[in-house]
Amino acid sequence: MLVLQSQLLLANAEVVEFSDESLRPRYQQLIEELRCPKCQNQSLADSNSPISNDLRAQVQRLLEEDLSDQQIKDYLVARYSDFILYRPEVNQTTWLLWGSPLVFVLLGLLVVYRLYFKQRPSESQSHSQSQNSDQISPEDQQRLDSLLTDREPK
Amino acid sequence: MNRLALFIPLSLFAVLTLILLLGLDKDPTELPSALVGEPLPAFAMPSLQDPESLVTQQDFADQVVLVNVWATWCFACRIEHPSLNALAEQGVKIIGLNYKDQRKAAQLWLLERGNPYSFNIYDELGSLGIDLGVYGAPETYLVDAQGIIRHRRVGVVDKRVWEAEFAALYQELTGTTPVLGATQ
Repeated sequence: MLVLQSQLLLANAEVVEFSDESLRPRYQQLIEELRCPKCQNQSLADSNSPISNDLRAQVQRLLEEDLSDQQIKDYLVARYSDFILYRPEVNQTTWLLWGSPLVFVLLGLLVVYRLYFKQRPSESQSHSQSQNSDQISPEDQQRLDSLLTDREPK
Repeated sequence: MNRLALFIPLSLFAVLTLILLLGLDKDPTELPSALVGEPLPAFAMPSLQDPESLVTQQDFADQVVLVNVWATWCFACRIEHPSLNALAEQGVKIIGLNYKDQRKAAQLWLLERGNPYSFNIYDELGSLGIDLGVYGAPETYLVDAQGIIRHRRVGVVDKRVWEAEFAALYQELTGTTPVLGATQ
């Protein structure tokens, strides 16, 4: 299967001819970043569906027509919507997509922060107290007494 | 510690479950339409019936039309064809976009199955298809008298789809209400 796939990829690479070889890396990068609209999760480079063939040829034509990468992406987005980009631009419909990982990381940091700083003060407190004296404060003694009396069997 | 805070993970889980449940209902093969609300792309293409003559968007200017993308290699188009025939009989103007097809086979198809189209654009290489963002036949566009695409359906137009997606809009644009039977 792998052999077959690599042969197909080779075949794809051979067919495409450019007037200027410097276009080839741009072509390769574009078709890897553009998504086949008919397939569920394949780039134009990976897909052998007819629509991907057509779109690869179109990308090649547009490159030959001296359009910039951005212009080619805009051209395809105007026709196939943001779906065609594997890295959609940040806009009204995609800000949540881009923003949510950041929000979750911040939430995670908040949880870590709170857990960490809730434990630290009590630890250091008891530590310093045990250093200074073996006595516990009157309030704690009182609390301990009440807990102990509660625990006693009735 | 506030006891209610203990429920935060559970409620987050519930929200996530709800979002994922709603996601199950969405059809992942459906793309958002980039062209709804935009004008139909300008074109000048050969007609299917007569290779010598060119057809353009001017041929249906000022009219409300359905533009239907089809091909003889497209199996679902077979299922859809009776619906198009029925709509055409009730006066709906349908423009065919014969997409990446063979001219002879397409002409034969129309002879055999009836021809609901006012005329057909012959898009042999799929170039108008790319301009429309076509990614699978059949597709159907409702274009208003100003040439603006008002609705797009990827997939078969049958009774259910017509009633749910097209009928009200078509009525609003033309004042007529074509209907499809249960078998169409």
